[in-house]
Amino acid sequence: MLGSNLRMGLTMDKRMTAAQAIAGLRDGMTIGIGGWGPRRKPMALVRELLRSDLKDLTIVAYGGADVGMLCAAGKVRKVVFAFVSLDFIPLEPYFRAARQNGAIDVMEIDEGMFLLGLKAAAMRTSFIPTRIGLGTDVLKYNPGIKVIDSPYDDKAWVAMPALPLDAALLHVDRADARGVCQICGPDHYMDDLFARAADKVFVSCDEIVDTEFFADPAQARQVFWERAQTTGVVHLPGGAHPSSCAPLYGFDAKHFKEYAASAKEAGGWSQYFDRYVACGEEEYLNRVGGLAAIRQLPLPVF
Amino acid sequence: MSDYRLVDLVICAAAQAWRDDGEVLATGIGVVPRLAASLCMKAINTDLMMTDSEAWLVSEPVPVGPRGGYQPRVETWMGFSRIFDNVWGGRRHAMVGPTQIDRFGQANISCIGSDYRRPKAQMLGVRGFPGNSINHANSFFVPNHNSKVFVAGEVDMVASIGYNPARLPKGYTFADVDIRWIITNLCVLDFEGPDRQIRIRSLHPGVSVDDVVSNTGFPLCVPENIPVTPEPSKAQLDLLALLDPRDLRATAMGA
Repeated sequence: MLGSNLRMGLTMDKRMTAAQAIAGLRDGMTIGIGGWGPRRKPMALVRELLRSDLKDLTIVAYGGADVGMLCAAGKVRKVVFAFVSLDFIPLEPYFRAARQNGAIDVMEIDEGMFLLGLKAAAMRTSFIPTRIGLGTDVLKYNPGIKVIDSPYDDKAWVAMPALPLDAALLHVDRADARGVCQICGPDHYMDDLFARAADKVFVSCDEIVDTEFFADPAQARQVFWERAQTTGVVHLPGGAHPSSCAPLYGFDAKHFKEYAASAKEAGGWSQYFDRYVACGEEEYLNRVGGLAAIRQLPLPVF
Repeated sequence: MSDYRLVDLVICAAAQAWRDDGEVLATGIGVVPRLAASLCMKAINTDLMMTDSEAWLVSEPVPVGPRGGYQPRVETWMGFSRIFDNVWGGRRHAMVGPTQIDRFGQANISCIGSDYRRPKAQMLGVRGFPGNSINHANSFFVPNHNSKVFVAGEVDMVASIGYNPARLPKGYTFADVDIRWIITNLCVLDFEGPDRQIRIRSLHPGVSVDDVVSNTGFPLCVPENIPVTPEPSKAQLDLLALLDPRDLRATAMGA
């Protein structure tokens, strides 16, 4: 019986468009964005979010241009961050401007505390004890992060609170229609924890594959969360551009330079927005040289 | 004596920071600290571990800059989540470049200005400084030694814990904090003065005590006899040429 049901093809299909994924978000939500700095950011989903009417968002990210663009577009009420950087351009210009204008609230924490906050949410516990943050102004500027006594020793411990997410946006190399997602680059960063910390997880992918693709254990080994964590799969080739998606493509240094330079011009963001966001994703790919050119971008050397 | 530049002297002095660390992860952020760690792993403490600055531990330091045909000799996966596993276990000594350092060794890379809600200059954010400073050994590199870096009061945003009695958490002593050296364009400093006061450990050739003191925003421990920072050897300079074949270090002191 089971076998015949499977053959009848009664399998779920989580494929959707970027617009359908972003339609799953609401004003005021806390949204996690995967990747790290200029690496494997779900930028096509971020561009779709930029085209929406969403506002008052709390963004939780190891930040790069995703955070900068959302700040520039006025979508952000608060950023939870340890850094916002494009690596080779150390200071993200639009995030910097938002901070220096006092335009956003922040929760500035250590990179590892950030991991623990996602882990706590993923474990459905309210906090994880750590020594990280002791003696620093992270505690001064985040009075919501409490220092507690231990039942087991006489030391002070930081109770890093869970960072539960209403939604997470991620980009991966490959996914199937049921939400099995594969990351082939050398580092999956904390994407697995974002997927587990969030109520809804929307994943863009460079390639859609049949489930059969994962029958090879070497391929299945690069799957870092179970498909039950995945809400929606959006097929967006080149969807991490201008960030990298190693080994498929490196980050687009020329594009990032143009983006960073725009922040120095009056009206620079609206010009960038008109040229690269308002036009829609298909035209975006044309304007940055096409998918074939993206796939030729050299992998960065650190 | 061989021909060398200030940056070569600074790298060779900084390389000594990991000399007695045994088998720990040596992380150098930026060209000078990374070359210092590389030189140390290659010639001084060969038990050190280093990464390719991306996702792998390597069995020999990866030269800085474009790789040409060079393939990193990976030995262990070391993605960022695993870096934190290592950090929290304490087997690491990082050398980083803060924007500000105060008399307690508290450091800042987050933001500059007195109004945290609206900083005068947003920098990187605290990154891993809070976790690094409470978990493992740290040293600092300062390419331009002046009183804007070595500030008179506390740093604007205390991103890493130092030897500040007023901020010591319950159950902790100074022995739980491990700040080693500060290598600058003028000198090497350590924390071996009375009550962990910052002390001049060595002066680079041609630099006077007054050069250092007048460019530091707080009082330093000045020993009666201060050694001169050793000049690089020919062997060290030859190794540096291999580790930095394109001479990226030429501009690494900020020129």
